[in-house]
Amino acid sequence: MPDLAPGRRAWIAVTERRAARHTRRRMGTALLVAGAFVFTLVIALPVLAIVARAVPTGSLPQTLGRPIVLEALRLSFLTTMLTLALALLFGTPLAYLLSRYRFRGQALVDSLIELPMVLPPAVAGIGLLMAFGRRGLVGEPLASVGIAVGFTTAAVVLAQFFVAAPFYVRSARVAFASVDRELEVVSHTLGVSDWATFWRVTVPIAFPSLLGGAVMCWARALGEFGATIMFAGSFPGRTQTMPLAIYAALESDLDAALVLSVILTVVSFAVLVPLRLFVGRAGRAYA
Amino acid sequence: MRMLDVAITKRYPGFTLDVRFTTHAAITALIGPSGSGKSQTVRAVAGAMRPDRGRIALDGDVLFDAELGVDIPPQDRHVGYVPQNYALFPHLDVSRNVGFGLRRARSREARERVSQMIASVGLGGLEHRAPRQLSGGQQQRVALARALVLQPRMLLLDEPFAALDAQIRGALRQELADLQARLGFRALLVTHDPEDLVLAGERFVYESGQIMEGNGASAGASRPAAQGT
Repeated sequence: MPDLAPGRRAWIAVTERRAARHTRRRMGTALLVAGAFVFTLVIALPVLAIVARAVPTGSLPQTLGRPIVLEALRLSFLTTMLTLALALLFGTPLAYLLSRYRFRGQALVDSLIELPMVLPPAVAGIGLLMAFGRRGLVGEPLASVGIAVGFTTAAVVLAQFFVAAPFYVRSARVAFASVDRELEVVSHTLGVSDWATFWRVTVPIAFPSLLGGAVMCWARALGEFGATIMFAGSFPGRTQTMPLAIYAALESDLDAALVLSVILTVVSFAVLVPLRLFVGRAGRAYA
Repeated sequence: MRMLDVAITKRYPGFTLDVRFTTHAAITALIGPSGSGKSQTVRAVAGAMRPDRGRIALDGDVLFDAELGVDIPPQDRHVGYVPQNYALFPHLDVSRNVGFGLRRARSREARERVSQMIASVGLGGLEHRAPRQLSGGQQQRVALARALVLQPRMLLLDEPFAALDAQIRGALRQELADLQARLGFRALLVTHDPEDLVLAGERFVYESGQIMEGNGASAGASRPAAQGT
């Protein structure tokens, strides 16, 4: 009997330690869940609040037909599509070059191109004014031949391009870099030109990430506010895109602001979810 | 005259490739340890690597000549390149991979050539498989078919068996020999495996960027880099 006592004591100690560990683990899990909950709540609340305030008013359909809303919708659609087209047109060759060639000063060029992604939009607005405004570096000579960029729809596109196109370039560059160059070499030896190889090999393989970059670029352009309001101003029908219209309507016409906010929220969500599903699946396909 | 004539120099940081050889064989092996410059030689013949100096000629046609400023683009060299990982196009099925280099690939004639080629490498029935659904040996055959369907003047095979299991290596080696006998193509074969030498009519032994040994090679002997000037 006495020789059992140490064993039993040890057993009790082990059990206690195990229980303590169990409690600690449960507390750890609780902390994790609490943290995640707070985070999700802070993100979800404003989104829910928009819907909660907009829907019960019951005036959604009528508000949607108001000129300030319609004009903003039309202008946002037009300018973001133009911005996206320009980003694809000029960003694709740039991204390809950056992914395929090493050159002196590349880090500098890289940083310059990605700078707009971290630059405060207000600074982007000032920069655009100093470059393309009426007294700007390029704007002044342009103005002397009768071309004014500032405070026009073109200025909206320029502001969006400046802020949003880097999102596409960065994504496209990574996409191109991940395409095995040996595939391009083989295509060349099969008699397929460089140009055709780009379209038949490089682009299809890079496509999911190219699409992802294009959507991010478009979404960022759709939300552009700071650079636009400084460089293009807020003129209904000409430069007042949806975010600017929301700001303009905030005090005078809260319903319109809410409706536009709902639209932007829904569009953003509708873009993100399928993109995540599609890009995820295609990415796995070639892995 | 059916022959491949290579005399090239290429400097890399800490490594210089400096080789010259002439071969008339149906299958020529470049053998040596990895990093000895075999793959770079093959890439130079394919047109994927540009030597600093020298000359490459196939059957008397100059593919590259540094002194004359000739550098025929890979598209016009008519050599078939099969890299070590086979580099199949992941977004295309087997028949589209094989027909990739054919002009008017959708024409009836082209499609017939593709299906004949797929059958002759023993992949009949797998036309619509994606590359990732194939075994290593099957992938290799797709890559071979993709190159051979264009009837290249020479096939460039970079370590064709290295990625395969040892058990099937012997069988595929035999298959390649049979295919060569049947279709009559020429090949430049890069390998580090002495067993592959049974395939080769000529061989050149590489060692840190130079050819140490080989019939037809004048290792270290100087010869004008550009002939016929």
